[in-house]
Amino acid sequence: MKRVLSIVALTAAVFAVQSASAQTLKQVKDRGILNCGSNTGLAGFGLPDAQGKWTGLDVDTCRAVAAAVLGDASKVKFVPLSAKDRFTALQSGEVDMLARNTTWTSSRDTQLGLNFAGVNYYDGQGFMVRKALKVNSALELNEASVCVQQGTTTELNLADYFRANNMKLKTVTFASSDEAIKAYDSGRCDAFTTDASGLYAERLRLANSADHIVLPEIISKEPLGPAVRHGDDQWFDVVKWTYFAMLNAEELGITSKNVDEMLKSNSPDIKRLLGAEGNFGEQLGLSKDWAYKIVKLVGNYGEVFDRNVGAGSPLKIDRGLNKLWTKGGLQYAPPVR
Amino acid sequence: MTMSEGDLAVAQINFVRKTTLEPQPPPASMTGAVGWLRENLFSTPFNIALTILIALFLAWIIPDMLRFLVFDAVWSGVDREACLITAQRPVVGACWPFAFERLPYFIYGSYPISERWRVDVFFVILAVAIVWLLWLNAPRRDLGVVYSFIVTPIASYILLSGWPLIGLPKIDTVLWGGVLVTIVVSAVGIVFSLPIGILLALGRQSKMPAIKLFSVMFIEFVRGVPLVTVLFMASVMLPLFVPENISPDKLLRALIGIAMFASAYMAEVVRAGLAAIPKGQYEGAQAVGLGYWQMMRLIVLPQALKITIPNIVNTYIGLFKDTTLVFIVGIFDLLRTIEVSRIDPKWAAPSTSPTGYVVAAIFYLICCYGMSRYAQATEKRLRKADRR
Amino acid sequence: MSIELKAGSPPASVPFYNDPKVRSIVYQVALCLIVAGLVYGAASNAVENLQRARIASGFGFWDNIAGFDISQTLISYSNTSTYGRAFWVGLLNTLLVAGLGIIFATILGFIVGIARLSKNWLVNKAATAYVEIIRNLPLLLQLLFWYNAVLKALPDLRESVKIPGGIFLNNRGLFLPAPVTQAGFGFVEIVFFLGIVGSIVFHIWARKRQEKTGQQAPVFLTSLGLIIGLPLIVYLIAGMPLSFNFPQAGRFNIAGGLEVVPEFAALLFGLSIYTAAFIAEVVRAGILAVSHGQTEAAYSLGMKPGPTLRLIVVPQAMRVIIPPLTSQYLNLTKNSSLAVAIGYPDLVQVFTGTVLNQTGQAVEVVAITMAVYLTISLTTSFLMNIYNSRMKLVER
Repeated sequence: MKRVLSIVALTAAVFAVQSASAQTLKQVKDRGILNCGSNTGLAGFGLPDAQGKWTGLDVDTCRAVAAAVLGDASKVKFVPLSAKDRFTALQSGEVDMLARNTTWTSSRDTQLGLNFAGVNYYDGQGFMVRKALKVNSALELNEASVCVQQGTTTELNLADYFRANNMKLKTVTFASSDEAIKAYDSGRCDAFTTDASGLYAERLRLANSADHIVLPEIISKEPLGPAVRHGDDQWFDVVKWTYFAMLNAEELGITSKNVDEMLKSNSPDIKRLLGAEGNFGEQLGLSKDWAYKIVKLVGNYGEVFDRNVGAGSPLKIDRGLNKLWTKGGLQYAPPVR
Repeated sequence: MTMSEGDLAVAQINFVRKTTLEPQPPPASMTGAVGWLRENLFSTPFNIALTILIALFLAWIIPDMLRFLVFDAVWSGVDREACLITAQRPVVGACWPFAFERLPYFIYGSYPISERWRVDVFFVILAVAIVWLLWLNAPRRDLGVVYSFIVTPIASYILLSGWPLIGLPKIDTVLWGGVLVTIVVSAVGIVFSLPIGILLALGRQSKMPAIKLFSVMFIEFVRGVPLVTVLFMASVMLPLFVPENISPDKLLRALIGIAMFASAYMAEVVRAGLAAIPKGQYEGAQAVGLGYWQMMRLIVLPQALKITIPNIVNTYIGLFKDTTLVFIVGIFDLLRTIEVSRIDPKWAAPSTSPTGYVVAAIFYLICCYGMSRYAQATEKRLRKADRR
Repeated sequence: MSIELKAGSPPASVPFYNDPKVRSIVYQVALCLIVAGLVYGAASNAVENLQRARIASGFGFWDNIAGFDISQTLISYSNTSTYGRAFWVGLLNTLLVAGLGIIFATILGFIVGIARLSKNWLVNKAATAYVEIIRNLPLLLQLLFWYNAVLKALPDLRESVKIPGGIFLNNRGLFLPAPVTQAGFGFVEIVFFLGIVGSIVFHIWARKRQEKTGQQAPVFLTSLGLIIGLPLIVYLIAGMPLSFNFPQAGRFNIAGGLEVVPEFAALLFGLSIYTAAFIAEVVRAGILAVSHGQTEAAYSLGMKPGPTLRLIVVPQAMRVIIPPLTSQYLNLTKNSSLAVAIGYPDLVQVFTGTVLNQTGQAVEVVAITMAVYLTISLTTSFLMNIYNSRMKLVER
């Protein structure tokens, strides 16, 4: 038995990955790679191709953090997590941050010990149905059966919505979004529900996407954002400000194309953000040019949005609530100063 | 009145045969094909009814299967269009182009294409180990054991996971997938479960109460819960139980879970073998002055393991099938790669799912049936050996 | 060379580290220390990790509102029920699928096992093929196949197959008329239970009488009369207090009636068919274990094949069959946890899935789940051991 244990201990040591504690930032720097909890596959947010190359809005959030901390956006290891095991993976230190279209709720803040670094996508839950059903509103879905993914706020909102409107429903719950959408596609359910952004992404995966429509009702608030563990304020700040830097860059008109010219800009805001003035990077525990690296290697928020879910992507989702506050949206970042 | 010998010889009796008749062949209805049919298929009314019933069932299912797999199947195409139901083709069988296109993914998962030769080398190393171990008359089987249980695991680990010092870039286990993962998980389970299982079985027989209690508790606990919960515990809770600066790799966690699970089952198999060894063997070994470990290594275990080989192989078959459960904790084994491909909209067609499952079924049938034939053959050999 | 033994000389001393007693104590203490160290380390790490992450611990979540729906509930449950209630729903669903699975798997397994011993070549080969194919495919693959390839291929709701008697079959499930009991049906139930008790009593009495006098009583027919006949008469007298609630096609789904969801059907099919292959092997081995001499002896006493099988072969085979059969039943129960893969709300899917997620209390939830399965297993093993000790061959 002793021998067995020592073998186990040895293998564990061989495979061991440094996990995070109060010095996440230091550990990530020592390790030289960022462990990022990502979706197992949701177009536009986090999706690996057959070669294991990841793309998506959440994926780029992680890349931006890697760019800020390590100066290299490719130094990210993506750990695909199902809705079920994402929080445990973050709590146990398997990943340094979680960027997996996760909804910010009070119980996740308190009970699950997460800290949300911001809202990188304002979303809401919607329904998708077949056109053939001739349903025009979610309020007509009384007695319908709905396919839903397990372990999400989606599941709870669905039950709430039907209860609030005195409607009956039949839920069919699946462990992964893949299984749920496949079941809906094969006619097991009348409707499929998830965050609206997800509906657009999943619709592309149906056999005949033109036969399905997304109903107009948005039944919940789903602020999605990257999350870190409780108890490491420094790392929390790094993730938070990485995201704010992307927003500020868009607001100031800095893109990955023009960032080098912008370095010469006279605007104090731009100077401060790109590290030409002040030592805001050092205050975060990062280098002076942290935000320059983010914009140069990943892009500003607008570019990232457009590339992954917006007009420049197959999803073609309207910016809507995710427009900058200057354009009537909700995206607003505190200033760097 | 009696006749004497002499009278008989004199009396020429013409109506008695002096030579025996040649035996007649049995009636045609009892031999050959007809006889066999009568004997084996139509002996009683009940049997006739059964035969007809089964024949009808087979006549219903086999042509259907053949039609699906061969005659109505699609053999070429680039995407779902090839396998859709159209007016020209109202019935569509298996969608083979889907399987052909995804075959590399089924085998390697997302393993980087430039490094896939490493996986191939690993398969070869493993095949050599398996043949060396299973071929009972192979030369130098002692070396074979060393090679299989020590060289192979180390070489495979270096090959698959990488060792930058010798120019093999590191490949994260997140990228491993398909048959590769299925084989790795099974191989680890097979290599670790036997020694640990033997130790547990010996512990269960031990006279030391603490060791016995620990072994019994471990075995009964693991055998009493579903593998899904063991994997769940390994993948979800293990990180909570280790110090915060260690976080074992996801695949490693599943491997630990599987190895633990298989060990407990193996322990029971070995225990049954130990129970079959007569007491005299133990006493004899002690009488010639062997210590406990010597007695076990030289006398008891070789005999016990020999008679349990078939059961050990059966446990391995079970383990091999159980590796599919890592699917549930999100590891890309063969079944998961098939599942992921199955729902790819590029191939969304009515027969894509069954085709994927047929591919998996063929793979598992070949592997498991091969193992079970091997177990049966060994059993026969052992029986022959005992009938000296 | 001779050794002179002097009276009173001390025996040749063994160094203490070679004394088996000392060694065994050392080994055990070492093991205890290692295990205790591991347990302590794991526990303290867990406590530390949980505190650091500020995850709630304890069983306070049990009475919190669950807030999610479950697709198949045997007891009343809604999304305003508690997590504890969800646990019971999941457990009952597990027991339901396991119970029915055991019944079907036993029937099918016995048929196939006997078929494998049949002299009819075709039957024999068909049974062998069934066993070899099913045994060598992973159960998970079979479940996915049943669910995704077979049941999903059923017609859509609009094109439901309508079976006479108000039964609908489509890819949403099988819809049967649900019996609704009315006042007075209670009598029927009472009489039914009394009938079961009565037939057990009669069986014991008949057996005693046979041992004493050798006369046989028609046990089977009497039991049939008591268990089925009597309740039927009471049912007729009470004015047939039973009506059926027929399923009706609604706008989206079929409402009313008794619904068998496809997830349940797939799991039940898969588990029964898979376990039946193993039970078939157990049955075959059990029957082969009865020596042929027993049958021949019975024939030479003039017994007919039927009674020979019933009174000589089966009782002896059962002694060999029952222990492995029980372990197959346990396997089936444990395997029902694969419901996770196809979305049937069993204990693991509801409790270790959704509840774990909503509460985040992995340690407590997984511990409870394991405790449930362990209780089932250990209870069964315990009963099995009692049975084995009672059924042991009495050697004279």
